[in-house]
Amino acid sequence: MRKNISSFIGRRRNWSIPYAFFLVFFVLIPLGLIVYYGFTDNEGDFSFTNFRKFWMQPEAMNTFIFSIGIALITTFLCLLLGYPAAYIMSRMNMRGAKILVMLFILPMWVNFLIRTLATVALFDFLSLPLGEGSLLFGMVYNFLPFMIYPIYNVLQKTDHSLIEAAQDLGANPRQVFFKTIMPLSAPGIYSGIMMVFMPVISTFAIAELLTINNIKLFGTTLQENIYNGMWNYGAALSLVMLLLIGVTSLLNNEGNAKAAEEGGLI
Amino acid sequence: MTKKFLASSYLGLLLVILYAPILIIVIFSFTEAKVLGNWTGFSMKLYTSLFQGGIHHSLTSALWNTLIIGLVAASVSTILGTMAAIGIYNLQPRPRKAIQLVNSIPILNPDIITAISLFLLFVSLGISQGYTTVILAHITFCTPYVVLSVLPRLRRMNENLYEAALDLGATPFLALRKIMLPELKPGMISGFILAFTLSIDDFVVTLFTIGNEGLETLSTYIYADARKGGLTPELRPLSAIIFITVLVLLLVINQRAAKKKL
Repeated sequence: MRKNISSFIGRRRNWSIPYAFFLVFFVLIPLGLIVYYGFTDNEGDFSFTNFRKFWMQPEAMNTFIFSIGIALITTFLCLLLGYPAAYIMSRMNMRGAKILVMLFILPMWVNFLIRTLATVALFDFLSLPLGEGSLLFGMVYNFLPFMIYPIYNVLQKTDHSLIEAAQDLGANPRQVFFKTIMPLSAPGIYSGIMMVFMPVISTFAIAELLTINNIKLFGTTLQENIYNGMWNYGAALSLVMLLLIGVTSLLNNEGNAKAAEEGGLI
Repeated sequence: MTKKFLASSYLGLLLVILYAPILIIVIFSFTEAKVLGNWTGFSMKLYTSLFQGGIHHSLTSALWNTLIIGLVAASVSTILGTMAAIGIYNLQPRPRKAIQLVNSIPILNPDIITAISLFLLFVSLGISQGYTTVILAHITFCTPYVVLSVLPRLRRMNENLYEAALDLGATPFLALRKIMLPELKPGMISGFILAFTLSIDDFVVTLFTIGNEGLETLSTYIYADARKGGLTPELRPLSAIIFITVLVLLLVINQRAAKKKL
């Protein structure tokens, strides 16, 4: 008996068993519960009531569309501001660039709620109004490092001779950038977009704090429903968010694969 | 030349904007005003009252809760994740892929989905929420990162060493301690640090699993505080201290890494 046990433990693949059980219990079953609650009504009968409610209620729907808009604008602004920064740093010597990258990541170590409140203080300090402007500023402020880092990582590893080759073959600086550098950095751009878009679409505290509860994002709708005991409706809304995220990452993967293919042709 | 100047001033401007809010917190930690943004003269009172606790007992206990939850969750995640990584590495391709797929779910899921799913689990089972549920939830989203940081070390390890130790008469446990663990240690350490950071920084999952028995972590404390309209003034010196500690730590680590390279 003892021998059996020790040979069981001795087989190293068995060491994954505790974690496998853990994953089933704390990841798969909870996700299953979201699906279960989403597709049942208060009595526990199967129904589409929750989704119908989402479709019919303009409030949740509007918040949903508004949140997608905010997430898109934030992602775009982060790309616009972050790409040049990543590009400049990738062209610097290693030591300087390393310190700068660290400086960009360092603010993330301050609790994001405190950072957000500090943003509010900054707006107060400059006597600027709190609203959509402060919301976008706060979002970009919070998520810009997530855009810079992956792009920098890819750019820093690109083969410089490809860029020189483009120059030698007579491409002007614009062509070099759009035909060579940009396609080569596409994987970084894609992962940056994912790392900004996904958290923005699901945040809930940032928006409340930055606009003194004036603007609500979809994450807040989710949280309020769960908090008010509307588990079924909240679960259904979670499924809607999961669907959106699934579609986004699918599109992103496809784009990334395409970019890799085109990159291979160069 | 102008190009270079433009480039560095662009980076400088971004950094100034990025650091302005933090700078404001640090500056205003040296004044007594209740509202962030009012300057009422230099004073160290907030620092002394932060350390004396007493009046702001709830803030100190929130800080302790955050640290304890972070340490427990990171330790358990590191052990569970390392064992899992060793197991996963030795599995057949098909189950290995399955576990790795499920392992990536908590990483890819937005934290609010993880939070709601765990909330539904705990309420469905009728488990009362508190310390245990928060720690379990934190282990759930921390362990995948440990697995991901230990697996590459295993791939780099020489398989034969472990087998050789067994052939030479070492028990699996001894071989694990003497051969495997030293090889895996860097991955385990970075996994632990990552897990601890994620845990102390987490807000959403904590909020959904902490229950309403009055347990607070730093994040939920700040959130509750902010919703009440103000920010406990003592949070300013606390944030300043945390920020400067991290800054110094990172500088030291960088310096040591640079020295090692020489």
